[in-house]
Amino acid sequence: MGTAATRRHVRSGLSILALIVVFVLLWEGYKLIWAALGWEWPVRPDDRTMPHTWDIFLTLFQPAQRNGPLFIFVEGKAALLTLREAFVGFVVGGAIGFGLGVLFVRSRTAERAFMPYVVASQTVPILAIAPMVVVWGGRLDVPQWLTVSVIAAYLTFFPVAINTLRGLRSTPTNALELMRSYAGKPRETLWKLQVPTAMPYIFTALKVSAAASVIGAIVGELPAGFRGGLGRDLLQYSQQFTAAPEKLFAAVLIAGLAGMFFVGLVTLVEHRWAGRNGLRSYPREGTAG
Amino acid sequence: MTEAVVEARGVGKVFGSGPDQTEALRGIDLDISSGDFVSLIGPSGCGKSTLLRIIGDLVGPTTGDIAVNGKTPDRARLDRDYGIVFQSATLLDWRTVQKNVELPLEIMDFPADVRPVRAAEMLELVQLGGFAGHFPWQLSGGMQQRVAIARALAFKPSLLLMDEPFGALDEMTRELMQQEVLRIWEETGTSVIFVTHSIPEAVFLSTKVVVMSPRPGRISEEIVIDLPRLRTQDTREDQRYFELITEVREALRREESGVADDRA
Repeated sequence: MGTAATRRHVRSGLSILALIVVFVLLWEGYKLIWAALGWEWPVRPDDRTMPHTWDIFLTLFQPAQRNGPLFIFVEGKAALLTLREAFVGFVVGGAIGFGLGVLFVRSRTAERAFMPYVVASQTVPILAIAPMVVVWGGRLDVPQWLTVSVIAAYLTFFPVAINTLRGLRSTPTNALELMRSYAGKPRETLWKLQVPTAMPYIFTALKVSAAASVIGAIVGELPAGFRGGLGRDLLQYSQQFTAAPEKLFAAVLIAGLAGMFFVGLVTLVEHRWAGRNGLRSYPREGTAG
Repeated sequence: MTEAVVEARGVGKVFGSGPDQTEALRGIDLDISSGDFVSLIGPSGCGKSTLLRIIGDLVGPTTGDIAVNGKTPDRARLDRDYGIVFQSATLLDWRTVQKNVELPLEIMDFPADVRPVRAAEMLELVQLGGFAGHFPWQLSGGMQQRVAIARALAFKPSLLLMDEPFGALDEMTRELMQQEVLRIWEETGTSVIFVTHSIPEAVFLSTKVVVMSPRPGRISEEIVIDLPRLRTQDTREDQRYFELITEVREALRREESGVADDRA
């Protein structure tokens, strides 16, 4: 079993490596062919618009500012700060989303009353919400990074609420009837039957939310004027794009890795949960159906 | 002396309202005594499952009165008088076989040290003693249904309601399970109400077969199965067994022609 797991890990490691190689080949191939043929559409193949992949990679190990610490340290630290904001927002937003899902499955009235607002909340651009949250947070003397978390939570709660509701509703009728025949309390039916049934749906939502919370944190840092996170640095590097394009690409790379790290963490928890509950090839069709 | 487990008088059920309403049951009178094994049989749409669900308090009747163990079905449910087995085993994927059987015990607040003992006892009863630690997906359909039966009996309900429990099983497994259910019925003394549309199954298992007819669902005949209570594979070759099968089949057919007459 250990060797099978090792083999699986090696295989997934190799496939990630292969993906990177393919991406680099496509990028450099595009530059080569477009430059040879003199094409400029859709993107010009010159080093200002599309720096070489190795230049982007090497930027990571050069000082971010003259005589300063290495780029990867500076942005790695920034990514950690942003991840902290994202994580707190993710936890708070996830809890609110789960609570709403439970509320809605228990009460049709509550669902009818609040669901339109929940949906409407997501049609308001985050760029409009963020400054309001920042101003209110400032008045209340809340630490700046926590304000950013609120913005991350705003993006997180929605997918969790919707999917929790769907998952709870996916409980087979017969299973609910069994609980009824045991004269189970609604609370027991919820925790022993409906929530475990909903877990695959909830994990899917959490993965979406993990990525969304990082984006929320990055975007939230801008109006908050929060220094030291990825948001501010991304903005700064995009302003310097013509002078040093590879820095923006390198920062984007790190932001992407931060998001992937978070999503990967959720996936890990999901597999742990599935393993502990004997769910073999997860997710899978249930027998309780 | 036998006590009445189920007494139904003039029970009717209407689903929906207005022009969409359908009458699922009309004027059901039914008596089931303690220790009986009663099968409800009839074509699709005759309301046999609905009747079972009314007895089990999963739906309420529209008209009429029904008493279970001398109580309202609601009271009987709260007193945990019902064990229910559906056509689909409805096991919880994330629980082992043992934990599935323990589920009702947890909800009914059985002490934590009693639950595993009782679950083990029940798994012995359905001959799955060696599978306590397995997960549902590791079991065949027949084994899953045995677990469902063990779970239904774990809290020793006085009435076992089975809604086409073997409908999804192959013929061989089905006959094996019938034998099992009879043994369990004998060992536990539980009264059983069994919904099926297999005539041989109904005759082989029951002390009484209730023949139902559709549109609206009603009881057309009750046939007492006077085979010896102890049934074996030999019973399936017994002359009387075949006579009773014919009797039930003719009762069902009479109903069909009756429906045809109604239409004419």
